[in-house]
Parts: sequence; structure tokens; C-alpha cells
Amino acid sequence: MPELIVYGIILGSIIALGTIGFTLSTKIAGFCNYSHGDLMTVGAYIALLVNGTLFSNVGFLQSKIGPLSFGLGLLICFLPAILVSAGLAILIDRWVYRPLRRHGAPSIHFDMVSLGVAFIVRGVIYVIWGADYHFYFKGVRSMLFLPLGIKLRPDEIFIMAVAWALVAVTYLFLGRTRVGKALRATADNPDLARVAGIGTERMITWNWAVVGALAAVSGVLYGIETQLRPEMGWLFLLPLFAALVLGSIGSITGALVGGLVLGMTQQISTAWLKPTYKPAIAFLVMILTLIFKPEGIFGRRR
Amino acid sequence: MEIEGILSFLASFAVMASIYAIFSLGLNVHWGYTGLLNYGIAGFFAIGAYTSALITTPKPTGVLADFVDQAIGLNQPFLVGVLGAAIASGLLAVPIGLLTLRLRESYLAICTVGIAESIRLFLNNEAWLANGPEGLVGLPQPLHGLVPPQYYHYLYLGIVLVFLALIYFALERGIRSPWGRVLRAIREDEVMADADGKDVFLFKLQSLVLGAMIMGIGGALYAHYSAAIQPGLFTGLFGTFIIWAMLTVGGTGNNRGAILGAFLVWALWSWSTYIVGKVVPAGLQTRAPFIRYILLGLILVVVLLRRPRGIIGEERQVSRF
Repeated sequence: MPELIVYGIILGSIIALGTIGFTLSTKIAGFCNYSHGDLMTVGAYIALLVNGTLFSNVGFLQSKIGPLSFGLGLLICFLPAILVSAGLAILIDRWVYRPLRRHGAPSIHFDMVSLGVAFIVRGVIYVIWGADYHFYFKGVRSMLFLPLGIKLRPDEIFIMAVAWALVAVTYLFLGRTRVGKALRATADNPDLARVAGIGTERMITWNWAVVGALAAVSGVLYGIETQLRPEMGWLFLLPLFAALVLGSIGSITGALVGGLVLGMTQQISTAWLKPTYKPAIAFLVMILTLIFKPEGIFGRRR
Repeated sequence: MEIEGILSFLASFAVMASIYAIFSLGLNVHWGYTGLLNYGIAGFFAIGAYTSALITTPKPTGVLADFVDQAIGLNQPFLVGVLGAAIASGLLAVPIGLLTLRLRESYLAICTVGIAESIRLFLNNEAWLANGPEGLVGLPQPLHGLVPPQYYHYLYLGIVLVFLALIYFALERGIRSPWGRVLRAIREDEVMADADGKDVFLFKLQSLVLGAMIMGIGGALYAHYSAAIQPGLFTGLFGTFIIWAMLTVGGTGNNRGAILGAFLVWALWSWSTYIVGKVVPAGLQTRAPFIRYILLGLILVVVLLRRPRGIIGEERQVSRF
């Protein structure tokens, strides 16, 4: 059981990171982005592409760092993954969502279009990489034996460190920088923000950059923890949404707590249920939230 | 000989297109008339198909029981199966509606995704219920003895068309009635409908259940046509997304559009399977089917951006006062 809790915290860190991006895009873009998970997948596969082709024969990039299972190459690959995911998110906004905004389409149309976008993105990934599972590295992964019978891979400590560092950076970015404050203002009240001289279109571009970057990192981390497959992001959407609902939409703290609770519930459930049921567990948590506290832990009842 | 082959191909095409047209009509009730986002059609599809399968087949006995696990087998006629499918699917919609219809639209959407995914996982993992990933085969086909097997799909086309026509006319009547007007009023302006004294939540729930029942019937018709079902069929692409593309292309909020869209998109889908098979080099054949993900996604996005009303679009005035 202690082992499952630790695994839950690791998974929860990844979910929390994804949820922060998800909650930002829900608040600022004003709709529920069903292609968010697929932005994660894009990030994960771009890192695979760069690490596997450009860096594959460069010895010092591939030699493993300390006890970790991967080399400097994969660390550098976070950068192209972030750039491509963020760039793609901005381009999609230009091509698809901006025209819709001009028409003054209701938010429900954005929801629907984003589902179409999700399928296009996933289709491209399927065509390029196929449906098979991919791994960032081969061979045995080293293992740490901690007290209480906890087996932990050094990679997982790395995952947690990166996830929480990025959460802290995002928190500071939103709280302390000019752009971050403008982003939050736009999220709260776009019209008021515009009156105050904030370029809301520019803020929306910033939003997609941040969302794409966060999605890319959580995608690569998820790839390190498990494996890469085209459906990874889409299936991740359920825990993301469950964490979002649990922690109240729009709340960063809520996203963190919701993500952690979701990760732990999913892992602890494997003590009794088959691990394949994890997405269903996420769904169950969401249902229970909707029954008992539909506004979420950190929300106010309207 | 040639003509017979073409006719036979067209008939089996029309059967599948008509079954999809039923799903498209169901989605039109949800999305076209009431503005409900159902992203989990696959779940209702699966429930309909499996319910009817379990109702119409006998419990496996003898040697078969060693190979097929099936918890329920009522051995009832086809129509009972279809009825059961509609009821089961409608019952599934009730708790989903109770939970989400008072909240904003996205909640219903993600809940239907969740329920569809959970049903698929459940059927895959709980082999005692309906034979797990291998699924059920040899489902009974109604009136099977009546014609030689090679002509059976003509007969089945007739059966499906009867269902399609019944559902179409029922919906046309319903949507032109005061009840249908309330649904469309809710879609246009919920607050206004509420202010007019309509119980918005109750109407939404009725719409959700009605659409789900239609989808359940579609699932049952599919199950008895293909005579074999497995959980892997009911994925987001084949069970949900293609139906969204159909309704959007044909014309959201128009029942004739929903049917037209089903035939058009299914034609495109079948044809693209053929073309992709011809054009793509042998080494990439396994990846080629996924080109159709992109195609469907593009269709949906382009139609929504360029022509949101679809080919036919909604009639401005559907009922005379």
C-alpha cells in the first residue's frame, strides 16, 4: 500500500501538470479543449523523433546520466517538444478558433471543433508512427529499494522533480509577471481586460503557448513513466477532466490537489482492480464529485 | 452477373448507411434539436448491441459452453431484443442526465466519453458477462430462413429501412409538436425557455433519453446484421466520431439532413478504404486506415468553419402555429 501511494503521487504529479494547462485553456480560451490530450501526445512523439534520429548516434547524449535510464539527449528533447506543441497550439488557434471567434460562435461549437482537431492530430501521429508502442529507451531500468518495501525508479524521482518545478514556475509566472497577470485578468473577465488596455487576442496566443508547453512536458514525462502510443493523450483526458472537476475549474491550487488525488486513487485502485480499469476509476471519481460536490473542492456554490 | 454484384454491393452499403442514419437521427435529437453534446455515442451503441445479443441468443450449452462465457441468454425473438436494447440504452441515459444536465455542456460531453470508455473496458475485462475481448458471434438474424443466404442482405435492408422510416416519421411529428418547439427553444436560449415557465432540465432529460433509445435500436440492428460483436468495435472513431461527421455534413437540426449525411459520409468512408488500399504502398498498409481519421477530422472542422448548417440545414419554420 505505501508503494501504491508513492506511485500515485508520481502519476498525480503528471496529471496535475496536465490539469494546470487544461484549466488555463478552459478559463482563457473559454471552452473545453478536447484536443488537449493530443497536444501531450505530440510533445511526447516529437521528443522521441529528435532523440531517436538526430541524437541517436551521438555517444555523450545517449550515455545515461547517473542512475537515470536516459541521457542528456532526452533532456534536450524537452525543448523541441515544447516548441512544437506550443507552436501547433498557436497555429490551430489561428486557423480554427480565431475564425470561430470572429463569427461569434457559441462556446459549444468550439468544444465540437476541438474534437475534430483532436482526431486530425491523432490521425497524423498514427500515420507517421503507427499504432505500436514506442519507448524512449530500451533495457533494464535501475531500481531503488526504499524502506516500507517501496520500489522506486530514479526516473520517477526525476519526473516528480520536473513536474513540481514546472508547477512552481507556472505559479510564479501567473502570479508575478506582467503577462501572467494579464492572462489571469483575461480569464476572469475578457471585456474588462480589454477596457484596461490588455490585448486579449495576444493573451489568447500567450495562453496557447503556455498550454502547449505544459502539455508537451507532461506528455514527455508520461512517456518516460510508461510508454508512447497514439491514444495516450486522449485516454489521459478522462483523469485530466476528473481532476479539473474535483479541484474546481479555473483554480490552480485545485488542479494540483485534484491531480494528486486522482493519481493516488487510480494507483491504489490497482490493489483490487485490474490496472486497465484506471480510466474508469477516473470517471468514477468525477461522478462522485458531481454527486456530492459539483462545484469542486475549491469552488464556490453558485 | 456484373449487375448482380453491383446490386449486392449497393445493398450491403445501404444497410450500413441506414443503420448509421439511425444513429445520426438519434444524435440529431441530442445535438441538433436540444444542443446536448454527446461524445459517447459508442457507449449507447455498445449497450444496444450487447443487450439485444444477450436477449436473443440462448445460453451456450455443451461443447460451446467451454469456449463461450455468457452470463445471460434469454433466447427471445429479434423484436424483443431491439426493444430491450432501446430500453437499456434509455435507462443508461437517465443517471447521466440527472448528474450533468444542470451543469454546463462540457460535463455531459465528458461524462458520455467516460461512460463509453468504461463500458468498453467492462466488456473487455469481465469475460463472464459476454465473452470478453472475443465477443459474441453467431447472433440470430431475423427471418433468416426466408431467403437464400446470399440474398439475405436485401431482406435485412428492408427491415432496417422500416425501422429508419418509423423513427424518421416519429421524430418529424415530435419535433413539429409543441414538445419539439420547447427543445429548440432551449437550444436557442435556455434562460428564455426557463423564464417562459418550461422545465428546462426535464425537457433536456427527455431529449437525452429519447436520443439514447434511438441509438440503442441502431446498436441492436448493427449487432444482428454483422452477427458478431466485440468490445473493440465500439471505439471513439467508429462508434462516435463518424456519426458526428455525418450529422454535421448533412445538416444539424434537420432529420433529412441527418440521413443524407449518413449516406454521404459512409460512401466516402467505404470508398476511401478502397482508394487508400490501392494508392498506399504495401509497407505502409497498416497505417493507411488512419488517414481516414485525418479526413473525418478535416471534414468536421471545415464544415463547421465554412458552412455550419451543413448541406441541407435547419428549416426556418418547422411547424405551423
